[in-house]
Parts: sequence; structure tokens; C-alpha cells
Amino acid sequence: MGKECILKMEGISKSFPGVKALDQVNLTVRKGTVHAVMGENGAGKSTLMKILLGLYPQDEGTVYFKGKEVHFNNPRDALHNGLAMIHQELSTVRSRNVMQNIYLGKEITYKGTGVLNNKAMYAECKTLFESLGIGIDPLTPMSSLSVSRQQLCEIAKAISYNADLIIMDEPTSAITESEVELLFKMIDDLLKKGITIIYITHKMDEVFKIADDVSVYRDGHFINSVPAKETNQAELIKMMVGRELSQMFPKEEVEIKDTLLKVENLSSEGVFEDVSFELRRGEILGVAGLIGAGRSEVMEGVFGVRPISKGKIYIDGTEVTIRTPRDAIRNRIAFLTEDRKYNGCLLPLSVRENTVIASLAKYCRLGFINRKVCNEKSKEMQKAMNIKTPTIEQKIMNLSGGNQQKVLVGRWLLTDPNILIVDEPTRGIDVGAKSEIHKLITNLAKQGKGIIMISSELPEVLGMSDRVMVMSEGKLIGTMNREEATQEKILLYATGKTE
Amino acid sequence: MTLSKEKVSAFVSKYSMYLILVGMIIIMSVLKGENFNTWNNYRNIIRQMTPIGIMALGVTFCIITEGTDLSGGSVIAMCSVVAAHMAHPGEFSLIVTILVTVLAGILAGSINGAVIAYGKVPPFIATLGMMSAARGAAMLLSDGKPISNFSGGFKFIGGGSIGIVPMPVIVFAICCIIAYILLQKTKYGAYIYAIGGNENAAIVSGVNVKSMKMSAYALAGMFTAIGAIVLTARQESGQPQMGVGYDMEAITCAIIGGTSFSGGIGTISGTIVGALIMGVLANGMTMLQVNPNWQMVVKGVVIVLAVLLDMYKNRKK
Repeated sequence: MGKECILKMEGISKSFPGVKALDQVNLTVRKGTVHAVMGENGAGKSTLMKILLGLYPQDEGTVYFKGKEVHFNNPRDALHNGLAMIHQELSTVRSRNVMQNIYLGKEITYKGTGVLNNKAMYAECKTLFESLGIGIDPLTPMSSLSVSRQQLCEIAKAISYNADLIIMDEPTSAITESEVELLFKMIDDLLKKGITIIYITHKMDEVFKIADDVSVYRDGHFINSVPAKETNQAELIKMMVGRELSQMFPKEEVEIKDTLLKVENLSSEGVFEDVSFELRRGEILGVAGLIGAGRSEVMEGVFGVRPISKGKIYIDGTEVTIRTPRDAIRNRIAFLTEDRKYNGCLLPLSVRENTVIASLAKYCRLGFINRKVCNEKSKEMQKAMNIKTPTIEQKIMNLSGGNQQKVLVGRWLLTDPNILIVDEPTRGIDVGAKSEIHKLITNLAKQGKGIIMISSELPEVLGMSDRVMVMSEGKLIGTMNREEATQEKILLYATGKTE
Repeated sequence: MTLSKEKVSAFVSKYSMYLILVGMIIIMSVLKGENFNTWNNYRNIIRQMTPIGIMALGVTFCIITEGTDLSGGSVIAMCSVVAAHMAHPGEFSLIVTILVTVLAGILAGSINGAVIAYGKVPPFIATLGMMSAARGAAMLLSDGKPISNFSGGFKFIGGGSIGIVPMPVIVFAICCIIAYILLQKTKYGAYIYAIGGNENAAIVSGVNVKSMKMSAYALAGMFTAIGAIVLTARQESGQPQMGVGYDMEAITCAIIGGTSFSGGIGTISGTIVGALIMGVLANGMTMLQVNPNWQMVVKGVVIVLAVLLDMYKNRKK
């Protein structure tokens, strides 16, 4: 057995109207370990964590924390009892500085008065950061920090509450490779202090690098828990998906034909400058670069979401003017955006309404919607994309992230595009859905369409692309063929250098 | 079919407003059955709430786009004065009177819409400004005094009936049908929902968000104008001072009916039920001889409760 258990969740069940999210699920975490929690989107991981934090109660089952049965009323209650969570979407207050964030809710005041004792908070904060090896000045405004540094502050905050167990939800989804190394070092230090980490992730290589144990969930059921050393990638995938998955990136030989899209000297003042590239039929053009390089912004310019100050766009040799997304769609371009919550999903609306919105004009006569055709098309997409939903009338906000993404892909496919721009298409998505989306992209290329794929996951870029263009700080540094592309070369270009 | 706790709770949640309406009717029938349950009283209820009910139809569109319209009360007064000026016997034809009044409403609504959609002014502020400006316009156009002396045709809209059905009810019914078809059967309505559901996503999906938003307010102005015509005809007087608080009541009808300030949620049938609830409430309180000042307190409490319920049901995760 070895170390004692700091957390034991036994027989947890939870149902929501129409769906059983968790069915007699277990989680046992040993003290002082990194425990990876894995599973496809919709497996129930978030629900399990929400129950643990006290966001809602379980229908059945018991939670034991530090040897005692607990029922937290809310995350604050959990925090005061030594259980902290660092969310995928950070919960920092960007308009305040680091110190104010750390002490939010437990500000130090001069005895007897309500006046803030900033000197004391600054000193304590500095000591805390030094002990953790974080070189950030407590007075730095949160908004000026990068995502990874904000994350470090969140971790420090959890420590300041004497957290014994810290849950990290997809901590590396929005940080760069070098910052991941820093995070791992921080985790090692935390373990040495006797703190336990629950690490929710989709990334296999991280699991094998850092986790001691792995628990896998699927469709609301607990599958198995094994020490990381005693398993391998294939086995984990099988547990998560319930079947064996052949090759992750089904790159097939596709005949690449003539130039479909030509972008010349595209510029948006202050954001990107003189970006020129071509896309050919049947080609998958990968777009790599560090976060903030301007990749999404360039494609927003091409699609008409972002105004451009200079540049020309040619489709099939003819110059086109694209000022709004409507123009782009008319020119048979589609754009699957990076952040589905921000500008992808119409959250309170149904799967059907979300699916047909971009192609709605096609199903209307004299302004009246042909509901029958809309239903047919939505069901068609549901089937084609293998979307898990009880009906197409289900509100999209009730679907898991991966299924939401599939609905959005369906939306764009219905516009019958020739050029498909996808921005981080598999971010925050489980292995099964990821593979489905990759297969879909490959099929679209086979049909002679041109695909532009922005991705921060190098294996994905290298595995899928025919050519890779790399951007850095608003400029296109270089383009390379599939044969010459390597992780090192891309990273080199991404920092702005070519040698 | 088993009656599980979940199924009952889902049913209640979906049909809560219908249940509330039925409940209120039952209470009134018990308390004042002889007076309440007469055809005359039913006709009265609908006749009374028609102007606000029509206004509520329009404001539903605005709220669905995650906006609001506080100018209804002032715009109805302004349109009432415009209609009253033109409705004198022998001056303008009925059609022209109606058309000009409706255009006045559309104009006010379009100004709201332009300021909100293109000027990016928050709807609360923009329509608050119109509330003041339209009231001023109403006073200016009427010299602050009521206007009467209308043609028979005009008066018929307010006081006449076709068969046993009063004209206001017919006008209301037609407006309900138009609003229903527009919002729930057309591409236009689908785009309105999309804008409220996620404005940024609607933009990326090719919806012309700015012009659609503006049109929602123009539509609200149009419905308000129709309400003004019915009201002016029934009162046989165009009064620049009236309509105070109508906007809040119209919004209440929509919210009770399930329209949500969080955007993208709401139906015409819901708003109609909301309007009926407000109508029965007003009628009931009067029948029970509740002090008019207390009635105002009750109305205020109702809207706050309705919004609280809305926030609770529809908090965006």
C-alpha cells in the first residue's frame, strides 16, 4: 500500500435531468503523490471534481478527506479545509495586483481597524514566493503577467491557504513548452513539502513524466487506477476509449493540386505585418508559433472578423474583398475559432440551432425557415460527427467540450466550404474525439478542400501538415515542407530566428 | 407513465407560468366568482392590458438580444399625441393616420437601435435617454394638453367590436400572430436568438449583428405605436402625460413569460401568458378594492421577483 490515502471518494453517483453523469465512481489518492485523472470529455471528471469542491452534492456515495467524512458547502469551505483547485480558465482578478489576488478574502488589516496593512501583506507574500522559488514582485498587476505566471500565482495562493491537496485542471493547455518545465519543477517542490496533487489532463506524455498514479474514467464510470510505471500509452487509451485506437494522426497521401487561396502582404496595424502565404487544394497547412504570435489574428483578418489595414486575398486566382464573415462564407471559407465559449457556441440555444446558424439562408424560402430540412441536416451532422446528445433539441451548454466542438465542426461543414480554417481544433478534447476530428480533416483534404490548421501542439502540427508556416510576434518567419519540419526547427522559427 | 420527482419538477419548471395564471384565476373565482367570471369581465381584462401587451411583444425581441427598452411609456405617449392630431374627423384618412403613427414609433425605435447597435451605448442608457426625449416630444407636440375629437373610424378601433370580440382584442391577436411568426418561424427570428445566445459567435457565423439589433428596437417602436393607436382610440383622447410605468410593466410581462435578460431565451406565447397574468393581477386587485398605491407596490415586487427567478434559472455557467 505504501503511503496513506489523503482522499477517498467512494461510490459517487450524480444525475442531471436526462443524463447520469457519474455511476458509482471511485477515486483514491495517496498522500504526497501526483495523481493523474484521465478520461474523454463527458467521462465525468469535471463533475467529480465539482462534487469534491462542494459546488453541488452527490446523489450517492461518500467523500473522505484526510481520514474524515466531509461535505463541503462550497469551494471556499473546501479551501479553508486544505483543498484547493486551479481551474483551466484561471480565476485571477486581472484588474488587481498579485498581492491583492493572493490575499483576496483574507486581507491583513491593522488591528482593530478595517484599514489594509499593505506592508505586512507585501512582506508575507514576498517570503512565500521566495520559498517557492517564484520570482514575481507582489505589486505586479495581474493583467501584465502571462498565463503561466498567473498560474504560478494561483498555486502560491493555494499554498498560502495551507492546501494539502491541490487539483490542477489541464494546467498546461495554455502555456508554452518551456513553461511546462517550470511547472513540473514547482510540482516536484510541492511534493517535497508533503502536498498532494490531482492532475487532470489529456496529455499522455505529461502523465508518464510526472504522475505516480493514474485513474481513468469513461462515460461516467470508473475504469481503473494504476501506478503510472505499470502501464503504457496504448493501455491508457484503451481504458479511456474502450477500444483500441489505431495510429493517432492518420496522415494519408493526398494529391495536392493547384493554388486555392493566396494571401499577399496582409497586415493589421499593430497586430501583424506583411503576412503572405498560399494554400493549395488537398493541402493541410499547419500554422505554428508561440502564444501571442498573431496566428489567430491573421486568420481573423482573412475571415473578415478583424479589419485589415493592407493586403490582398485571391481565391482561385481572382481577387476577393472580405470585410465581414458573411463575405468569407460566401467565398466558401469556414472558420472554426479557438475559443468556443467566447465566439463559438450559442450556449443557451439547442444543438439544432447551433448547427444550422451559419448556413440558415439555404433552408429558407421568402424568409421562412423550413424546419423539416433543418432537423434533417442537424441529425445528419449529429450522425456524421458522432455527437453524443439525447436529442438535437438539447441545449448545447449541457454537452461536453468535445461534443460542443463537434457541433461547431458540423455547423461549418454545412456551409460547404472550400477553405476550412481551424484554430486549435482539438484543444481541451479527449483522445477519442481528437482522433475523429483529425480523420475528418484528412477526409476533407482528400475531397480537394484546403485546410489551414493553427495548433500549439507540435505533434499534431507535425503529424497532420503538408507544410508548416511559423509565425513570431506578428510576422511570418518561414514555411517548411513536411519532410524538413522538425520540432526543433519549428521552435527555432517560433522565437523569431531562422538559424 | 411513472410520476417521478424529476418528471414533476421538470413539468412544473416548464409550465410554471401557465400554472400561475390558472392558479390566479382559481383564486379570483373563489374570492369574487360572480364578478370575475363573466364574459364582460374577461373582455375587460384583455381590453385593459392590450396596449401594454402589444408593447410587451416588441420588448421581447429587445430582451432576447440581451438588451432592454425603457422608453416604451414615453414613446406610447408621443405616438398617442401624433395619432390624436391626425384622427380628427374629415382631416386625414384612417390609413394615413395609422401609417404615420406607426412610422413615428419606428423612428423612435430606430434611433434607440442605432445608438445601441452602432454607437455601442448600453441599451439601458440609450433607452433611458429616449424615455426623456420622447416624453418631451409628446409634450411639445401637444402643448402639454390632451387632444380629442376623433373620427368614427378611429374611435371604432378602440371601442368597436366585430361580433362579440372587441377591436382591441382583435388588434392584439393580430400583433401576437405577427410577432410569433416573425420570432419563431423566420430566419430573422433565428438570428435574433443567435445574437442573444452569443453575439460574438453570431458575428463569426455571418449574421449582420448591428443591423439586426437595430431592427429589434425599431420593431419594439412599431408595436408600441400600434398599442398607442388602440389606447388613444379607446380613451377617445391623446394624452401626453400618460404611459408612465408602461415600459416596466411590458418588461415584466416578458420576464414572467420566460424571456431572460441573459439573452437568447424567450417566446411569444410566454410573453402573452405574462401579459395575461399581469392583466388578471390588475383586474383582481381592483375587484378586491386594493388601494391603488398598494397596487403599485405589488407590481414593483412582482417584477423584482420575476427577474430574481430569471437570474436563478438562467445563470450562464
